[in-house]
Amino acid sequence: MKLVGRQTWQFENRPRIIGRAAVVGPEEGAGPLSADFDYVYDNLEIGEKTWEKGERKLLEQATQLALINANITKEELQFFIGGDLLNQIISSSFSARKLGAPYLGVFGACSTSMESLALASLIVDSGAGEYVLAGTVSHNCTVEKQFRYPTEYGSQKPPYAQYTVTGSGCGVVSRSGDGPVITRATIGRVMDLGIKDPFNMGAAMAPAAADTIVSHFRDTGLEPGYYDLIVTGDLASVGLPITKELLQKEGIPMEQTTFNDCGLMIYDREKQPFVVAGGSGCGCSATVTYGHILNRMQKGDLKRVLVVATGALLSPISYQQGESIPCIAHAVAIEKEA
Amino acid sequence: MQRQAVRPIRFLRRFCILPAQTKGSGNGKKSSSLSISEQDYKKVAKKHEPSRPILANCIKAFFVGGFICIIGQAIQEAFKAGFDMTSKEAASPTVAVMILISVILTCLGVYDKIAQWAGAGTAVPVTGFANSMCSAALEHRAEGLVLGVGANMFKLAGSVIVFGVVAAFIIGIIYAFLGFGGGHL
Repeated sequence: MKLVGRQTWQFENRPRIIGRAAVVGPEEGAGPLSADFDYVYDNLEIGEKTWEKGERKLLEQATQLALINANITKEELQFFIGGDLLNQIISSSFSARKLGAPYLGVFGACSTSMESLALASLIVDSGAGEYVLAGTVSHNCTVEKQFRYPTEYGSQKPPYAQYTVTGSGCGVVSRSGDGPVITRATIGRVMDLGIKDPFNMGAAMAPAAADTIVSHFRDTGLEPGYYDLIVTGDLASVGLPITKELLQKEGIPMEQTTFNDCGLMIYDREKQPFVVAGGSGCGCSATVTYGHILNRMQKGDLKRVLVVATGALLSPISYQQGESIPCIAHAVAIEKEA
Repeated sequence: MQRQAVRPIRFLRRFCILPAQTKGSGNGKKSSSLSISEQDYKKVAKKHEPSRPILANCIKAFFVGGFICIIGQAIQEAFKAGFDMTSKEAASPTVAVMILISVILTCLGVYDKIAQWAGAGTAVPVTGFANSMCSAALEHRAEGLVLGVGANMFKLAGSVIVFGVVAAFIIGIIYAFLGFGGGHL
C-alpha cells in the first residue's frame, strides 16, 4: 500500500472481494434491482419480534452468505469490520458476538459501507490479515424510531425526505481467490456547509461527496472517464444534482462517465412514491454495491467503478440543539481484473 | 485591565457555558477541496430543494380535517338520537369513539399513510393526538410496559399537553385580572 496525494490509498497487493452477499427487505425486493439480491424478506419484521432484532438478523444472514460465497469458514475469517446506524452500533457488535471473529466496530453513518471496505482492504493489502469481512446494515424502522418519529406516526414528509433502506451488504476481502480488485480508496474529511434540516440529507451530504471526488481525482491524477460508473451512496434526487453542480464548478468533467446514486437506483420512485426523494442508510450503498454493481461487473458490463458512500454524522441530540449536519464521504475504486 | 476582563470569559468557555471561539459551524476553505463558501452553498442547496406544495396541502388539510369533523358530528348525532343524550352528554363518548377509530387505524398501519397525503388535516383533530400517543406506545412496546410504553407514550403528545396547560394558565390569569379572554361552555 502506498499513500498517493493527501488522502488516497493505492493498494498494490491486489486485495479482492472473493465473496459477497446482499440481503434486503420487502420494499427493496419490489424495486428494480430485486434480482441482484441474495435474499429478499417479504416482511419488514424480518421474522423477529423487534425492529432491532430484525436488523441484526439481516446482517447475520449477510455475513453468513458472504462467507459461504467466499468458500471460507467462520474460523478462517481473521477480522470483521462492521458498523450500522443504531446507537453504539449494536447491530454490528451483536452480530460480531455470534460470528466470533476478532472485530472492529466503525461508524461513518451511511458511509460505513465503504469505510469498512477500505479498512478491510488496507488490512489485507498490508498483510495483517488473510480474510477480512466488511459489512454493514440498516433498517427503515429502527432508523425512523431513533432519528425521527415512531413508524406509525402520521406526519407528512417533505418532498426532499429520503427512505432508509432495509438491507445488509457484506464482502470478504482477501489476496487469494477470484473477484473484483480493490485498487484505491480515498478517505473523506468531514464537511459541513451549514445545512440543519435533518430531512434534507441529500443537500447536507452533497459537499462531502463532491469534496471526496475532487480529492480522489487530484490525488490519483485520473479523470472521471477512467471509471465506467461513479456512484454516490445516498444523495437521492436532491443531493445528486447539487453534487453535479459543485463538481462542475470545480472543473471535474463528470460527463465523461455515468454518474448515478445508489439511493436513486434501488427504488422505482414512480411506483414506490413513499420513498419520496430516494433511498438512504448504510444498507443502501452496501446492497447496491455488493449486489447490483458487482453482479454487473461479474457479467462484464462494468470494468471500473468508483463507489462514493456518503454519511451524515448527526445525532438526534445534535439537531435538536440546532447544530448543523457534518457529513463525510469515502470512495473505493473496484476494478475487474483484466 | 484587559486581562482581567478576558479571564471570566475564558473561564465560562472552559466550562462550556459560553460556546468555544470558532468562526461559523462549517469547514473553513483551507481544509476543503471545494472553493464554494457556506453562504453560496446555501443558495445552491435552496435552488435544488423541491418546495412543499403549500396551497395543495392547505386545501387537502381543510377538506380532510373537515371530513373528520363531519364524522365526529355524525357520531354525536347518533348518540343523541340513539341514547337520548343532550349535546353536552354526547360529547365525551363521541371523542372516545373518534380516539378508538384513530387507534385502530394506527394499529393497522393506515393512519400514517393517510397523513402523508392529508398533512395537517389528520394532525389537528383529536384523532391526530390519539395517533401520536398510540404510535409511540406501539413503537416502544419492545422496551417493555414501564420503560417502553409508559415512559414514551407522551414523547410526542407531551409538549401539546405542557403548552396547552401553559396557555390555559396565561388565559386564566388574563381572565382573573382583566375580566376578558375566558369563556363558559
